[in-house]
Amino acid sequence: MLDVVQLVVLGIAMGGIYALVAVGFVAIHNVTGVINFAQGEFAMVGAMLAVSVEARGGSLPVALAVGVAGSAVVGWVLYRGALMPARRSSDVVLIIITIGASITLRGLALLAWGSQPVTLPAFSAGGPIAFFGAVISRQQLWVLAITVLMMTLLALFFGRTLFGYALRATAMNRDASRLVGVSPQAMGQVAFAGSAALCGLAGAAITPIGLASYDMGLMLGLKGFVSAVMGGLASIPGAVLSAFLLGVLEAVGAGVVSSAYKDAIAFVILVLVLFFRPQGLLALGAIRRV
Amino acid sequence: MKAVAILALALAVLPWLAGKYLTALLIVIGIHVLATAGLSILMGFAGQVSLAQGAFYGIGAYASMLFSMRLGVPVVLAILLACAAAGAVAWAIGKPSLRLHGHHLALATLGFGLIVYIVFAELGELTGGPSGMIGIPRPRLGSFTLAKDIHYYYAIWTVVLAVLAAAQRLMGSGYGRLLRALAASEPAAEAMGVDTGQLKLQAFVLSGALGGLAGALYAHYITVISPTAFNFEVSIELLMMAVVGGLGSVWGALLGVALVTFVVEGLRVVMPSFQSGASAEYEIVAFGLLLIATMVFLPEGLAGALGRLGRPGGVTRA
Repeated sequence: MLDVVQLVVLGIAMGGIYALVAVGFVAIHNVTGVINFAQGEFAMVGAMLAVSVEARGGSLPVALAVGVAGSAVVGWVLYRGALMPARRSSDVVLIIITIGASITLRGLALLAWGSQPVTLPAFSAGGPIAFFGAVISRQQLWVLAITVLMMTLLALFFGRTLFGYALRATAMNRDASRLVGVSPQAMGQVAFAGSAALCGLAGAAITPIGLASYDMGLMLGLKGFVSAVMGGLASIPGAVLSAFLLGVLEAVGAGVVSSAYKDAIAFVILVLVLFFRPQGLLALGAIRRV
Repeated sequence: MKAVAILALALAVLPWLAGKYLTALLIVIGIHVLATAGLSILMGFAGQVSLAQGAFYGIGAYASMLFSMRLGVPVVLAILLACAAAGAVAWAIGKPSLRLHGHHLALATLGFGLIVYIVFAELGELTGGPSGMIGIPRPRLGSFTLAKDIHYYYAIWTVVLAVLAAAQRLMGSGYGRLLRALAASEPAAEAMGVDTGQLKLQAFVLSGALGGLAGALYAHYITVISPTAFNFEVSIELLMMAVVGGLGSVWGALLGVALVTFVVEGLRVVMPSFQSGASAEYEIVAFGLLLIATMVFLPEGLAGALGRLGRPGGVTRA
């Protein structure tokens, strides 16, 4: 029983990372309609940049800032450079562009940083903390704190600021928002840069626990997608809850069944959701398109 | 038809002019053309992206290996059964995901491809695990075994040309017009009473079956298979070949596969002189950039661009 508590704790921490990636995915999909297969690579870029700055003697806050800013730039360039010029093309074209961007970024990372996994020091020193017979490391607490903070900031941003209203308006109806002076292209740039920044932060935050490498983005991106689909693709709260659920199911499944199939668990869930509940398990407060 | 005859003639004499290396390369190109043509029909007409063509390729290879080596089925029959098995798996995956509009199939295939890879590597008893299987038999026709590459070359290209010609005829038939209607506008096709979900499912099954056929032919050619030959990168490579050739063009698949294969082989020859050991990395970056550039500047691919030179018009998307 204690083991299960421990596994749930591990799963919740991992779920926080999936949540950040999933939110970025949903935000981009809502605002631009693009299914972004390069989402996980934003996390990889953030993590690898932070590691290289730290390795060159930069302090941790500087390293994190560079990682987050670097991912934001990559996200913006992808939208501005490739997706915006092709925005009148079919969905298939846009999806293939993001797939191309994903393998390009992975290849560039391999050239720049090699294939060896690298790491960052934990954000604060000290041993793990025990509670209810389970232990949680300080970095895992950091991950949870960052997730909660980001979700709160996002809720305030979407609910209380003019910019947030404009993004939501674009998601609801592009033509109507253009009529009131909101440019969908401008909002697309904001969505890509912002969502990439969020993923970059997630990538850097997970690095002290799970290491960073040029190919970390594929799995991270996929788990983010799975969470987003579980949440019905259009709902940020749904995606966040699903991400935590996925993290826990994965950790418990790996502990109870077999760790060899850990990555398969997410995709079995994905396929089951698509079969039986394609509108999402937890589609809370999804944006309604009009 | 005249173009096909000329192509067949050129392919018939080519191995006598080319060396062993080029013949082997042409065999692999032929195999890839089959997998790519299926993908091209799926993406071009049904408007669906599959990220699991490498997995269907692998299912064909492993199924044919299992039928021929474990059950003692004659190789030619095993290849056909493997093709049918891949089609059946595609039906099972496509049936629920294609009921929906949007891009659930792309997501489902992405997950499916990774599960297949894990299963190949973990089911050691049946599949030989991560190191794979060796000693897969070459096909026999009667008492004659296709032992030499040159035999296999003619067998493969006969199959490829037959499949492409059949696909071309299919696309020109009434059924092809249904697919073209779907490609032009899904709502309009639905309004005309076309069952678009069923049509998309059929295109996906066709694509999976062709992927399976290609994989089976590959397994009995190389005679050694392991899970890494069918991973996510393979799906991406096949996707790129289809995109470069031109989505929705059966013969474009041939162009795309040939061009990408020769460019990649060319890079392998040229790149080591720039920086030794890094050619694989450059290859990945080049693949990615090529995909983006094709989609932004030449969304109809090579076949579309060549077709536009020849005649105006073609399928217009609404």
